[in-house]
This record gives sequence, structure tokens and C-alpha cells, in this order.
Amino acid sequence: METTAQKYTFKDFASDQEVRWCPGCDDYVILRAMQKALPEMGVKKEDVVFISGIGCSSRFPYYMDTYGMHGIHGRAAAIASGVKLANTDLSVWVITGDGDSMAIGGNHFIHVLRRNIDLNMILFNNKIYGLTKGQFSPTSSVGQKTKSSPHGNTQPPFSAGELAIGAQARFFARVAGNTPKEMTQIFVDAEKFNGTTLIEVLQNCVIFNDGCFTQFTDKTVREDKQLHVEHGKPMIFGKNKDKGLVLNGLKLEVVTLGENGITEDDLLVHDAHEQDPTLHQMLVRLQYPLVTGIIRSFDDVTLEEREDSLTEQVKANSNFVKTDDLFFSGETYKVD
Amino acid sequence: MIKLENEGTESTALEAVVVRFVGDSGDGMQLTGTQFSDTSAMFGNDVATFPNYPSEIRAPQGSLYGVSGFQVHIGSIEVSTPGDNVDLLVAMNPAGLKTNLYAVKPGHTIIVDTDSFTKKNLDKAEYDSNPLEDGTLENYRVIEVAMSSLTKEALRDVQGLDNKTITRSKNMFALGMVYWMYHRSTEHTIDFFKKKFKSNPLLIEANTKVLNAGYYFSETLELIPNSYTIAPAQMPPGTYRVIMGNTATAWGFLAAAEKSGLELFLGSYPITPASDILHELAKHKHFGVKTFQAEDEIAGITSAIGASFAGDLAITTTSGPGLALKGEALGLAMMVELPLVVVDVQRGGPSTGLPTKTEQSDLLQAMYGRNGESPIIVIAASTPANCFDFAYEAAKLSLEHMTPVILMTDGYIANGSAPWKIQSVSEMAEIKNNIVKQAEENWQPYNRDEPTLARSWAIPGTPGLEHRVGGLEKDGTTGNVSYVPENHEYMTKIRAEKIKRVQNYIPEITAEFAEEGDVLVVGWGGTYGALHTAVKQLSDEGYSNIGFAHFNYINPLPKNTGEVLKRFKKIIVCELNSGQFAKILKINFSGLDPLQYNKVQGLPFGNDELVQKFKQLLA
Repeated sequence: METTAQKYTFKDFASDQEVRWCPGCDDYVILRAMQKALPEMGVKKEDVVFISGIGCSSRFPYYMDTYGMHGIHGRAAAIASGVKLANTDLSVWVITGDGDSMAIGGNHFIHVLRRNIDLNMILFNNKIYGLTKGQFSPTSSVGQKTKSSPHGNTQPPFSAGELAIGAQARFFARVAGNTPKEMTQIFVDAEKFNGTTLIEVLQNCVIFNDGCFTQFTDKTVREDKQLHVEHGKPMIFGKNKDKGLVLNGLKLEVVTLGENGITEDDLLVHDAHEQDPTLHQMLVRLQYPLVTGIIRSFDDVTLEEREDSLTEQVKANSNFVKTDDLFFSGETYKVD
Repeated sequence: MIKLENEGTESTALEAVVVRFVGDSGDGMQLTGTQFSDTSAMFGNDVATFPNYPSEIRAPQGSLYGVSGFQVHIGSIEVSTPGDNVDLLVAMNPAGLKTNLYAVKPGHTIIVDTDSFTKKNLDKAEYDSNPLEDGTLENYRVIEVAMSSLTKEALRDVQGLDNKTITRSKNMFALGMVYWMYHRSTEHTIDFFKKKFKSNPLLIEANTKVLNAGYYFSETLELIPNSYTIAPAQMPPGTYRVIMGNTATAWGFLAAAEKSGLELFLGSYPITPASDILHELAKHKHFGVKTFQAEDEIAGITSAIGASFAGDLAITTTSGPGLALKGEALGLAMMVELPLVVVDVQRGGPSTGLPTKTEQSDLLQAMYGRNGESPIIVIAASTPANCFDFAYEAAKLSLEHMTPVILMTDGYIANGSAPWKIQSVSEMAEIKNNIVKQAEENWQPYNRDEPTLARSWAIPGTPGLEHRVGGLEKDGTTGNVSYVPENHEYMTKIRAEKIKRVQNYIPEITAEFAEEGDVLVVGWGGTYGALHTAVKQLSDEGYSNIGFAHFNYINPLPKNTGEVLKRFKKIIVCELNSGQFAKILKINFSGLDPLQYNKVQGLPFGNDELVQKFKQLLA
């Protein structure tokens, strides 16, 4: 991707459209974080493309003064794949929700991750269908009462990270919807990563699922309930920085520093770059603490790179330059 | 000058001949038929072919439903269908004979491999007694040849061949016999062996030996009383090649990409009978073609919409069920007014229907198969060779009018092959596009070109033209979301008017054979060959009051359609469905009440049925 010397501010990325999300929605935080992250990425404004599906989150492209397409339900990842394959110089972003990506768009979601096309996906996960006014989604909890499950949801949920890594995701990050600073940094890091990135934002829906992540994200508890991992750093969390993670057999275990002789040296050190996803999957599944930050970031060849090198190879071995060369090749005959 | 290979034997000159090769799906009948048609085309004949094979890849050997066939029509006259009646049937087994005998005219010739008429094979073909012995074939001229044994004998001195290879090459024995009968040289096929088996000289030797053995066997055989000559056809001068419809479609897009200076992107999901377009384009990375085999039909079209948004010439290819899946996305492409070509290679429907058979029953789906009012251009190719022209035309219309275009072909013309007079890209019509290269003052995404109403196409990467499009209703100028009632009605009308104005850019319809008269035969798409042949036959017989109008442009219809229809007393719309194009004509021309001739059997029209029907109308 071409970088630019031009300096942008977040205002350069705000469109003239009035933002129409509900007051208090985390979507505002995400929008602002993105508008702040883009100037730090060094990409040219005209090279940025936002593609969305359908849902509250999918209105996002209208509010960005970049190229954008508000697509149809579930298909953003497929549309974005076409955009990127057509022009690999572009910085392509998919905006999607839990219903859009994992229900109606589940097929495109897993296949884009498998292919590893260099694009970024932001998944606004609020465990509910907002725009259709409150039905359970594929990430809703069992027992959750919604408009379409008045007696409680009976369908067990997907974990976005687990599904993504199972589908070969090379990059997975999770961030709470009320931590704009961390979010901005993850967006910047995702853009720098060469390959498909998935960023799950734990997003509160003030109308239909208020407080859905409060137990992890509320300011009073989040330091004790979230472990924000960083590559190369020991896995420490807690208000007093006294809790950590160790591996006990095939399970992760929370330990307290200073108890039973445990020191920082005993803790797991986060290796986001590891190819083997086993530990990343364990981190994704953990409920206490809830792991946020870049959990997996494994550098791999992208689909475009494979296609490009194959194309160069075919071109080098072919006598065909113009289509006429093909049309008049092989078994032709003349009629006088 | 025709150089006769076997001067001195008695030979009869024919105008045209239909040969059908039938056998097990593993017997190599498609290859045998292709070789015969290619050789004939190179000799200068006009040719038309039609493969007919089961959807099972290797159906149980010897079974009735496992029969694979390939029909070739060659002529010194114009040949535009594979023909309905077979002059020569080559049957490699009893099942092939049983399922194809109906097509052979009494008195005509059947070659059979007697080695395959075993008790076991006769049982599988559900013959109670051997048809070679019980009088079943007494009205035909049957040439009984122990092809399997003769093939084995021919290969006796070739060391290192396994039994399977020997058995498999008996199709070349049959081909050799047919070459002799029709004065064809074996040279082209031997060249083919040399290329195909470059890395295995043993197979070149074996196949050549068997082919020659069949050829010389016929020459010396007294069972074959005479041979036939078919002189080269009168065709416009030029360089030709034999091309299959699906290949021609793929090549039309290659030409359009080169001419328009855009890169070609195909998003596609495999489906019979459209997959060959994907296969063909996947070969051409040297032209920078991007083929993306997607996870499903929807991703096929939506990835193409993305590629179009990013500035590629984007296409997607499918067949009926796939078109149904693409419906919503096609509406998006129409709404965001981006160029996109969707190829629908029609097959028998509904649902999974008859995947390997032909039909024209997707027309109304192509026209109306989307939510809301969503008009798009619909055009149809009518011969294997003009799949090239209409693929090119589809791309051109889509780029120049900023709209999705559905190009309809069908299994019959897609898998059929015919001579194609090769066109050089330099001689083809210019293709304009609506790309805005740099920021202009007051530029808006929904600014329209006055004559066409095409909106301008600003491509990501262009500074200053950042904008958003989407499936929500747009403001008529800015493209921003608009819920204003009057704007929605205005946009609905604009989208309809934009397609209507395409009429100013497409050719008028002409009535062939008679400009006015009693009966006008109307067809569209892949039935051209059959309808043209039938009407021409009547015209040649002296009927001057029957005309023929064939439509390649369905939406919009050519401007003068109503006027042409009015000049005839009766109109008969012939199509391979229950009357879908007839409906479209009725909607467009009030008071029009056309007669219909419909066939929904998964098969193309035959010549005799049409001639008979038209004669009834003329009586």
C-alpha cells in the first residue's frame, strides 16, 4: 500500500452525513476510534474503502468520508474480497455485526479468513439484532430473553474468536467498546498486518441488550475482569497487577503473584505470532479473565500474493500477449 | 478443389450428413465426435455439434442411463443445427443402440461393435433378444464389426500396453471407419495424438495404429458398399476455428476487457452447464484475468460487484438455480448502478431440474426475478459462435450504460460447437466507459450522462471523489440515503428510463425470408439454428408468405418490434418453455395475441416438427 506524506486529522475522515445511531451507543466510540486511527496509518484517504452488510453497524460507511459501499445482508466480506482482488493497493475494511457476519453471512466470514486476503474486518458484537428490533443473534447467550425468545434463547452461541481461528484466522483481536484508546491502536496494528484481520468489538446495545458486557467492561471491574494481552509481555491483570495466567496441564489457570511462591517469571508470556493456534484458542475461550488485545497475529502469505506470483509465472511462460494471439493460435483454417 | 483420399471407389456426393457416436460414458464418444467435427471443419465443411451425456460422471457400464452421445452435422451447405435425423449411427454397445435407434432414418446406416453385444450387455440394455439377430434392424443398413477384437489385433505388436488402454482405443477404430466413409483425412487426428500424448509416445503409436486400422478396414471391407463426399461449404472468406459456445463466451469477455482497457474479474461458483466458462477464463492469467472461485453463488456475484466498484470489468457466470441465488445481489448492482455481466447458461428447470439438458425457461426470472422494480438489460446469444459477439456486447452495454446485464445462453449452444470466423480485437466496436479520472467541480456520484442516463463511475484510488453507494434508496444527485417519497418515485422512473434508452443503441429487428405475409415465426436465443433452418426450408420450397424474426435483445426490445410484428397476419412464438417470451411480447404490445409453439423436454427443437407445424399454419 502506498503511504502518504500528507497529514490528516480525524476530521478529514468524517462525512457530512448526520450520524443516526441511538444516543449512548458504542458505535459512536468505534466511529471516532476509526477516524482517529486512519491518520496514524499513513494511508491515502482515496485508497480507503469501507464495505458493510446490513444492520446498525453497517451504516458506518455513510459516516466516513472515504470510498464506501453499504452492501446487502451478510455479503460485505465477499464484496470486499472483490474490491481488494481488483485493486490490491486499497486499504479495505469490512464493517459487520454478529448477525451479519455469523448468521446470514457465516459462509463468507469463514472463507475470507481461510483465504487470508489482506483486508480488515471489524465485528460489532452486541449479542442481539438491533436494527430489526431485538431478536437473538448467533452470539446471544442461552436463556437470553429477546423479542424472538420471550421465554429464553435455546440456541447455544458462537464465540467469534473461536470460530475465526477455527477458520484459519491469522489475526484476531478483541476489544471492549468503551476503551477507545486500545481500539484505535488495534485498528492501526490491523492495518499494518498483511492478511485478513478480525477485530471483535464488545459493543453495548443501549436499547435491546443494555449491559450485555458490563460484567467485563464496566470501569469499576474491567481491570480485574479483563486481561489485555500484548505480544512478548507476561499475562498479568488486575487492579493491583497481581494476577496472572499459567498453564496447568491443558488448562489455563489464574494465579496470584506472591502466593505459593509465584513470581512474574512463572507467568505465560504472550506469543501472538505463534503459528499453532492452540493457546490462542484457549485465550479466546477464557471467561475469567476475559482476554482482550491482539490474541493472534501470525504472518502468512496472502491470497493476492499467491495469485500475483502465479500470474507472473504464467505470463513469463506464455506466448500470449494480446487476445488475438490466443484467437489465432492452434487449429485454425482459412476459407478463401 | 476437393482431393479425394480414396479415388476410384464408388462415392456419392451429399449436401449434408448427420453422424452420431454413442457408447458408454467412459468410451470416449465426446472425443471421437469432436475429432470428426474438427477434421470436417478444417476440410471446409460447415459443422454443428451437440453432445448429449448423462449427469453421472461414470454411470454403471453398459446401462441405458449411462449412454453418452455426440452428434455432428456437417455440410457443404449452411448447417445451423446438429440435425434431428441421424444418417449414420455408430453404436459401441447395445445400450447405445437401444437409446438412439429412434433417431436413425430407415434405410440409413448403423455401425455396431459386435463384440459388445454379449448376453451381459444385452441384459443391461434390457434387450430380451439380440437386436442384431431378431429383425429389429431389418429396415437399416447395419455394418457389424468386431471392433474390440480388431483393435486388439491391430495392437498385437505394440509392446507395453495394458488391457484397459487397448479396450479404450476402440473408439479410434470407429473414427477411422467414419473418416474413410466420408473421405476425411486422418492427419488432423494424428496431429492431435502427437500433442495430447507428447509425454507418452506409446499412446501416440497405439492410437495412430488403431485409427489407421479402422480406416483401412473400411477401405477393404465389402460390407461398406460406398462412401460419401461432402464438398466444402460456401463460407465468407477469413480465418476460422471450431469453437464451443462456452469458450466463445469466455473469449468475448477477454476481447471486451482488452478493448475497454480494463482488467477482467470473474467471480463464480461451479454449476453445470456454465462451469466451462470459469475453466476457460482460469487458463488466461497471462492476460491478467482474475478468476475467483467463490464459496457460493452469492459470493460469486457480490465479489464481482466489489471488483466492479473498484474498477474492473466484472462478470459472474451461472445457470438457473444460481441465478435465483444471485437475485438479491443483482438488485444491489442495479441500485448502485455499476457495470456487471451475469451469464445464465440455461438448463432444464425448475429447482435442480435437468442439469445437463437445455431449456429457455429462465427468461422471466432474468427479467423479473428481483425484489422491487429493478429493470436491467437482458440479451441472448443464439449460436455457439455468436456467444462471442454477445458476451462482448453484454460487456459493452454494461460499461456504457452503467447497469447490470444478463446474458442468456443455454446448454445447447454452450456445449455445441461451430465454425467461428475469428475476429481481431482491433476490428471490433469501441467500448466507452463512464470513469471519472479526476475530481471535477460539483461532481456527484449520481451525475448522469444525458443521452444514456448512465451515472459516472468514480473508482477508489481517485483523490477527491470519495463517495458512498449502497442498496438503500439514493438521492437522485448525491447518492446519499434518501427516504423522500418523491425522490423514490423519481429514481424508480429514472432506472426504468435508463434501460429503455438502450433501444437507441441496439440494432433493429429484421424479418428474414419475407418482410410481410401470413406467418411470422418468432424466436429468441439458442433456438435460432432450428427455426432458421425450418423457415429456410419452407422458403426454398416456394412459400413466400412466411417470415422469421429472431430476438437477441429482450430487454429492451428493439425499437421497431411492434412495427415488424404488425406486418404479419399470424405470429407464432416458438420457445423451449411454456411461453415466456410470448408473455413479454403481450405485455409490450397490447392486443397482440400470438400463437405459440412450445417444447419443454430438455431437448432442442427438431427440424421436422417445426416444418410440419409451420405448414399447418400456412395451409
